[in-house]
Amino acid sequence: MSAIESHRAMSAPMQSTSRLGTRLKGAALHTAVFLLCLVWFTPVLSLFVTTFRSESDSSRTGWWHAFIEWRPVLSNYVEAMYLTGVGRSVVNSIVLTVPTVLGTVLFSAIGAFALARMRFRGRIALFLAMVGFQVLPPQLVLVPMLKFFLALGLTGTFIPVWIIEMGLTVPFGIFLLYGFFASIPSDLVEAARIDGASEPRIFFQIILPLSGAVLASLAILQFMIAWNHLLIPLIFLGSGSLSPLTVQVASLAQTNAGGLNTLTAATFISVIVPLVLIVTLQKYFVRGVLGGAVKG
Amino acid sequence: MTSQILQLVLGLLAMPAVVLAIILPGELAIRRFPQKRQSSLRPWIWLSPVLALVGLVIAYPLAASIVFSFRDATASKWVGFNNFVWAFGSAMRPVLVNNVLWIVVFPLLTAVLALAAAIMLDRVKYERIARTFLILPTAMSFVAGAVIWKMMYTYEPPMQPQTGTLNAIWTAVTGRMPIAWLIDRNVNNYALIFVAVWMSIGVATLILSAGVKNIPRELVEAARIDGAGEWSIFRFVTLPSLWPTILVVLTTQAIFSLKVFDIVYVMTNGSFGTDVIANRMYTELFVKQNLGTASAIAVLLLILASPVIFMNIKQIKSGGGE
Repeated sequence: MSAIESHRAMSAPMQSTSRLGTRLKGAALHTAVFLLCLVWFTPVLSLFVTTFRSESDSSRTGWWHAFIEWRPVLSNYVEAMYLTGVGRSVVNSIVLTVPTVLGTVLFSAIGAFALARMRFRGRIALFLAMVGFQVLPPQLVLVPMLKFFLALGLTGTFIPVWIIEMGLTVPFGIFLLYGFFASIPSDLVEAARIDGASEPRIFFQIILPLSGAVLASLAILQFMIAWNHLLIPLIFLGSGSLSPLTVQVASLAQTNAGGLNTLTAATFISVIVPLVLIVTLQKYFVRGVLGGAVKG
Repeated sequence: MTSQILQLVLGLLAMPAVVLAIILPGELAIRRFPQKRQSSLRPWIWLSPVLALVGLVIAYPLAASIVFSFRDATASKWVGFNNFVWAFGSAMRPVLVNNVLWIVVFPLLTAVLALAAAIMLDRVKYERIARTFLILPTAMSFVAGAVIWKMMYTYEPPMQPQTGTLNAIWTAVTGRMPIAWLIDRNVNNYALIFVAVWMSIGVATLILSAGVKNIPRELVEAARIDGAGEWSIFRFVTLPSLWPTILVVLTTQAIFSLKVFDIVYVMTNGSFGTDVIANRMYTELFVKQNLGTASAIAVLLLILASPVIFMNIKQIKSGGGE
């Protein structure tokens, strides 16, 4: 590089090349983010579009042809709801999930209240046990729990599934609520105690009302866990008349009964509730995820 | 249907009823003791529902699985280490190899992509919207994700129009033969792992994004003033500050790779050399009805997970989680 050239490169134009560089970098950034979102959303879009395509269209062409010639049909949804038992599975998923969520929030709350607001021997050991229990593989509980609930004659009801789903999440729930409960100012609780409030009163009238947001976080996380689980309901409810959506969709997928398009409609029905929840209640979901991550 | 509705009502009433039925009478019972005695008894009353639940669902199965793993198929007599000899024998070896692949590839790929996503999203104004796209798959069940990707991976014979998204792109761009993503043993395990990555990026990105936002601005600015380029800033500022968070993501995903069941169950059911530990356990338990080998697999999972369990406990203990 000659001296003149290097001089030219060093002087005034340098500013503008670096600005150009910044703009190029910006464009690359936006393109990369756009591509990432596109790749991540395309599969969801393909499912949604396929639910409205006819069986004959789908067997001949890919889902993107729907954008070339749009011939929507609703028959896939009708078939899924009435012929393949998905309608019944929607009810089963609700029966499985709602009591599980309520129980998880209640049990975690009383456990976290005791661990965070009471002083006793073994408190820290118990709290650490909860941390450890969070990451246990759920497969570990299957054999003993199956034997236990068979002996009680409770398989074929929702009770084993409620209890197991609660048991698997409550250690996490306690961990999530513990930090928040411990941060509630003591003066608030002491003032109530001096006024003669009992512990249950303090719990129900001071702690719980203050904890709405964190309880909502736990509730939405457990809703998604329980609504989306396959293995436990598969084992304890089977793929018959009590099967929730995950089990029903999995068995449709494995047997190919009803065809691909009915399967896509059934799948879309199974994801619509959690999708709406995660978009509308994203704030609580994010808080739950961040509050629950074990930090270094 | 009426039975389901009845159970729903029962469940909704039973949950608060159980809690109240233990705490309220318990509080009444300890009221006649002196103050000091009350406050030492009270925690155990409040903890008793949780202890009963966790004892039944976690502690008891933990102990029972260990016992069953040393007994025969019907748990009627002791067989020593036979089940474990089987678990490490030739029947299980390909399954264990697959899980090793999952444990290495899945956490690394998820962490790298999520880290890239977190750093990029931090620099754009539409972070929330972009983030929502990444989280959407997280909200769905693995069953639904598996159905979606079974479609994405659809294979039609060569010369036929490809209806699967991936093969349509692949054949159009490269002009080569379509790939049977779920059957071809060179790619099928990676195809399954990518489904898990697709579904896990959302949460990993959330956690890493929070980490990125916690890096002090002054640190980055100071490095920039010293003339550090983007790569040096990433290498010497971002990465070291994020390391503990990255470790959280890696260990969480490693534990997930041990448990992975749904994706494999729906997409291949373990055929074409894609079987993993959890699916094998399901087969042992329900197809072969062997409590012994199924429990041995469960104990194996526990042993593999235990380093992470103890690491988490240690972190909480020292990291001021109290």
